[in-house]
Amino acid sequence: MAKELNVFIENRPGRLRSVAEVLSDAKINVRTMTLQDRGEFGLMKLIVDNPGKAQLALADKGFACALKDILAIALKDKPGSFLKLADVFLKNNVNVLDAYGFVIESNKQAVFCVEVKEPEKIKKVLTKAGFEVLEEKLHEF
Amino acid sequence: MDINFWDKKVETIDRHALKILQLKRLKETVSCALKTQFYKARLKKCGINSANDIKTLEDLKKIPFTTKDDLRECYPRGLLAVDMDDVVRLHTSSGTTGTPTVIYHTKADISHWSELIARCIIATGASKKDVFQNMMSYGMFTGGLGLHYGAEKVGMTVIPMGGGNTKRQIQLMKDFATTVVHITPSYMLHIHSKLAECEVTLEDLKLKKAYLGAEPYSENTRKKIQELFKIDAYNSYGLSEMNGPGVAFECVHKCGMHVWEDTYLVEVVDPKTGELLPEEKEGELTFTNLTRRATPLLRYRSRDIAFIHKGGCSCKRTHRRLSRITGRTDDMLIINGVNVYPSQIEEVIMKIPEVGTNYQIYLEKEGSLDKLVVKVEIYSKMFKGDLAEIDALKLRIRDDLRAAIIIHPIVELHEPGSLPVFEGKAKRVVDARVKL
Repeated sequence: MAKELNVFIENRPGRLRSVAEVLSDAKINVRTMTLQDRGEFGLMKLIVDNPGKAQLALADKGFACALKDILAIALKDKPGSFLKLADVFLKNNVNVLDAYGFVIESNKQAVFCVEVKEPEKIKKVLTKAGFEVLEEKLHEF
Repeated sequence: MDINFWDKKVETIDRHALKILQLKRLKETVSCALKTQFYKARLKKCGINSANDIKTLEDLKKIPFTTKDDLRECYPRGLLAVDMDDVVRLHTSSGTTGTPTVIYHTKADISHWSELIARCIIATGASKKDVFQNMMSYGMFTGGLGLHYGAEKVGMTVIPMGGGNTKRQIQLMKDFATTVVHITPSYMLHIHSKLAECEVTLEDLKLKKAYLGAEPYSENTRKKIQELFKIDAYNSYGLSEMNGPGVAFECVHKCGMHVWEDTYLVEVVDPKTGELLPEEKEGELTFTNLTRRATPLLRYRSRDIAFIHKGGCSCKRTHRRLSRITGRTDDMLIINGVNVYPSQIEEVIMKIPEVGTNYQIYLEKEGSLDKLVVKVEIYSKMFKGDLAEIDALKLRIRDDLRAAIIIHPIVELHEPGSLPVFEGKAKRVVDARVKL
């Protein structure tokens, strides 16, 4: 399973920077990130090249952080590929908790990261439908 | 100014006769106390085996003080002096920690308490012609039911609205031409701030008097409330261990609260040494309830700081007058009229594994009302990275706190190690409320 790094941060100036600094010092490369806001705090979700090392570095500095299994689905970076995926979700009654995507190579390769309740089960569904679900590869791009 | 009495004979009793009455009632109370597990042991230790061992009021000094901790240790039946069949009501209140305290009442106890409230109401110049809207909480909190029974005894038209729901309060005040309210000072100011929004003017209201209690406030706040509403505001004092409201109340002269000394034997003591202090000297108020039969309490340390005024009152009541409460001997917080101990909050937080042991209690004003913010830190080891879990955690802390302290706090989650760490005796309470 691909790993998403979750970091609990307070919603005030400087907190993003503190995370960025720790990751930079640990020579971690950030592929993408997204934030979920809850007023006085937020949850920072990151895809990085070395999730285990990144988590240790942050935990070492006292951050509340955790790795979570997510589905990283390889998509062609072209019109209609997202619809294909959405069709599979609908057909199999998959409810998406959170999602975000990023492009790896323009017009060629994109990744759609999806948080679902039973990732292992949905992974099988997607593989069967012909989608490539990335594991270690996500972190190696 | 018309001076009216509910029970003129007792209210204007001469001091000598009052002392005789107090002694008679003290003896009755001691013999009643000897029926409880707690006092049976405690009074015997100091040589009091029967009411006959109390010969003068001076003998009161032989009896040790009773504290809130004693009450907690006696929970639930250690201070019950009558058969449970004779108990018609009980009020519990939260202790400083998880263990509550309880006060039982017989039918006669409730009746006597209501008599005292009736005295208070009449002393302010109100009468059965008034419409009384009770904005204090009902239920376990003694403020609501206490005044309710007294107001009915007087024969007022009682609107038992309880606390909160400001728009409905204002609507009822208007529709039923409420003349007297019982309310906390902060809520009274809040109501004023909402009048315009409700499109109600002072002229739409027939308000004449407000009984203000359950939280300390200054003479300036009284003046402000009187001016804003063009009414008379009276100070009220009570504590649940001494029934609740009706321990002391202001008369029309508003120069201190008459303590009903035929029922409450009041002593002002040095909080550190327990030594008796003279009139006009500030100290901890200590009460002996002389009439309650279900739960007698002797020399109960209230932890409230105040003093007794010297000299009589031109209303002719001979019962001495109490000053405003100027402080507490403990760390109890009064939040929108509700008593809260920081230790109660701590106990809840320590039981939640997902948060750390460092926390902060932050109090501020939102308009004229108090706002309680409890700040806790996420505990790294329990963090799973799931937002739904964190949302649920926040709700759980809020609900657990609400169950423990009766009020809904705002719970804030913080990063591990972000709240100030205190060495030694932690000062975790930040009270940023601006005095009204």
